Amino acid sequence: MCGIAGLMRFDGASADPDLLRPMIQMVRHRGPDGVGVFTNQNVGLAHARLVIVDPASGDQPMHDGTRRLWITFNGEIFNHIELRDQLIRKGHRFNTRSDTEVILHQYQEKGVDCVHDFNGQWSFAIWDSERQMLFLSRDRFGVQPLFYTAHNGAFLFASEIKSLLAYPGVPREIDRIGLDQIFTFWSTVPPRSVFKGIQELQPGYSLTVEGSEIKTQRYWQLDYSGVSDGSRPTEAEEQSIADRLLELLADSTRIRLRADVAVGAYLSGGLDSSLISALTRQFSSAEMKTFSVGFEDAEFDETAHQEEVGRFLGVERHQVRCTDQDIGQVFPNVIWQTEKPILRTAPCPLYILSGLVRENGYKVVLTGEGSDEMLGGYDIFKEAKIRRFWGAQPDSRVRPMLLARLYPYQLNLQMQSPSYLQAFFRVTEEDLSNAFFSHLPRWRLTSRLKIFFSDELQASLRGEDPYKELEAFLPKNYFGWDPFCRAQYLESALLLPGYILSSQGDRVAMAHSVETRFPFLDHRVAQFAASIPPSLKMKVLNEKYILKRCAQRLIPGSIARRTKQPYRAPEAKSFFTAGKARDYVEETLSPARIRKAGIFDPAAVQSLLGKFRQGTAIGIKDNMAMTGIVSTQLVVDQFIERMGVQT
Amino acid sequence: MRNELRKFIIDNFLFGRDSVGFSDDDSFLEKSLIDSSGVLELVGFLEETYDIAVRDHELVPENLDSINKLLRYLAMKSTEDKEDRLAARAVS
Repeated sequence: MCGIAGLMRFDGASADPDLLRPMIQMVRHRGPDGVGVFTNQNVGLAHARLVIVDPASGDQPMHDGTRRLWITFNGEIFNHIELRDQLIRKGHRFNTRSDTEVILHQYQEKGVDCVHDFNGQWSFAIWDSERQMLFLSRDRFGVQPLFYTAHNGAFLFASEIKSLLAYPGVPREIDRIGLDQIFTFWSTVPPRSVFKGIQELQPGYSLTVEGSEIKTQRYWQLDYSGVSDGSRPTEAEEQSIADRLLELLADSTRIRLRADVAVGAYLSGGLDSSLISALTRQFSSAEMKTFSVGFEDAEFDETAHQEEVGRFLGVERHQVRCTDQDIGQVFPNVIWQTEKPILRTAPCPLYILSGLVRENGYKVVLTGEGSDEMLGGYDIFKEAKIRRFWGAQPDSRVRPMLLARLYPYQLNLQMQSPSYLQAFFRVTEEDLSNAFFSHLPRWRLTSRLKIFFSDELQASLRGEDPYKELEAFLPKNYFGWDPFCRAQYLESALLLPGYILSSQGDRVAMAHSVETRFPFLDHRVAQFAASIPPSLKMKVLNEKYILKRCAQRLIPGSIARRTKQPYRAPEAKSFFTAGKARDYVEETLSPARIRKAGIFDPAAVQSLLGKFRQGTAIGIKDNMAMTGIVSTQLVVDQFIERMGVQT
Repeated sequence: MRNELRKFIIDNFLFGRDSVGFSDDDSFLEKSLIDSSGVLELVGFLEETYDIAVRDHELVPENLDSINKLLRYLAMKSTEDKEDRLAARAVS
């Protein structure tokens, strides 16, 4: 992976390389191995390189041999070898071994439709000098980031927002609707970002700029049409589905090991990363290294499971142990990478983990992310299934007893009486017919954090409905899909790119120049997974049933049978030591700074701080509020008041 | 007692933002004032402030889900305590 940036002037002026250099400099952490800048009349492309494929001749920006096409590319096209062979048979000649050159030649063949043939993770820009067109594309799931804006006669794009803000005069202002969406859905609704006027290119989309016209076009999306929970496959059909899924996953892992550097794997000790490590082990003759997070706090620690998988597979294990203090310490650096408010501290240990990977001389790791979305692993799916089952017979005394099986790791919930559990998860007829049924409890809980918004912000949001923009974002056929599939789509299209792959994925890995690869997000795997009946994804209340069936011969039985333990980290208590807040928390949350930013109510924030100082803030809501407020104030401080992390 | 209970709810669950407004009959659950940890915080407050022990079977919305329900519950606990003391004296 790398960092990219570029611009195209609409006003006839030449692209100034001196304006591009500061932009690409902002993302040097993504590409510490070299920088290249190309300008041609009104267009400029810049590239910061992390060398993974073809070290000798893969420098960018790269041309197609005729200098008609130029590209700046961040990511990997994993099937570049097969595509290259096809192109050579068609008469194409190559000067490098890189996947970058394959993109250019595939574009020569198919124009903007070339992206359909790519299996990979990418964001790139091609300057087609003959058509005088700039062509941008982003991968199907949004593994690679890509942002853009138009300002003062120029179209600007970059891997990270900080590059756009480095361009002279680009406004630095919080988008209040984007903020409202984060404090509802945990993510903005694409293409909106949390900065006014700056948009992300949506996953599965391409964009063209011709003259001064900017057009976006969707080229791919997950589709659950025709999938029904009603179908009950036979034993033989079930086995056939499991075999096919494993075959696709194995091939997805195989092509994701293509690199001219060693490839490691993240190992959490759960089903997904254990299976990916096992498949990696099968394809790799070299000694394999795995990297894991452990926690001092036993509530979050999975070390015993990591050790068990490590012994079973015979891999070399490396682990970083995180304390509350570590999380509190790196939080400002993490926000500099996420470039948006976050409500959980979970990206922090992964930021520390990528540092360990880099210390060990590794640049590339495979991870198990994407499995829970594609194959039905999240607790929110289980919660929705139980609530819907109860809602069908609301007077039943037996059905709500299943609620006690939800969230076994949340002690506050486990201590509730049955009648309170029923009250928390109550189902109304109106909710049952709501297209967002699965996510309503989470979103309603999160929305309660807006009580901390200042009077001015609350007044300016009056009349705004975050659900309307979400409805417009969803595919039209979404509303006719099976409820389980709808829940999967919400996770895959909103939280996966908006938080898991970005704040908790690419951004904290690339902070230490580490590339993450995701076998579960190979589009062949995803499309096949989308066609699997929900009854095989969650069999009764057994999550990822079909994947467990695939994995049973490859990983320890105890790991395959484990009930999912979601990855979590110590929350906002990490900002405090013995009742005292960290210095940056005291500063950014001081009444003067809160008033200046204008986003939160100073007295309410002081009241929340008091609760944490006394050690009486014990709930999810208080923790999300504190993390959300600190991170929002840091975004204001780091990107609006000044540029950079105050250490 | 009523004011004390209202102040606790406003300070702990509304962070002083009493402009949200709730009546003495409003359900904490329906007004989204309280979640699973909120119930535990509320119980801790009742036990500490009023020197009572909230028993497991009493942990139900019928006792704890509005200011008026809390007042009724506390009155019931007070009567129960008196009866317990009388019974204890009679036995001794």
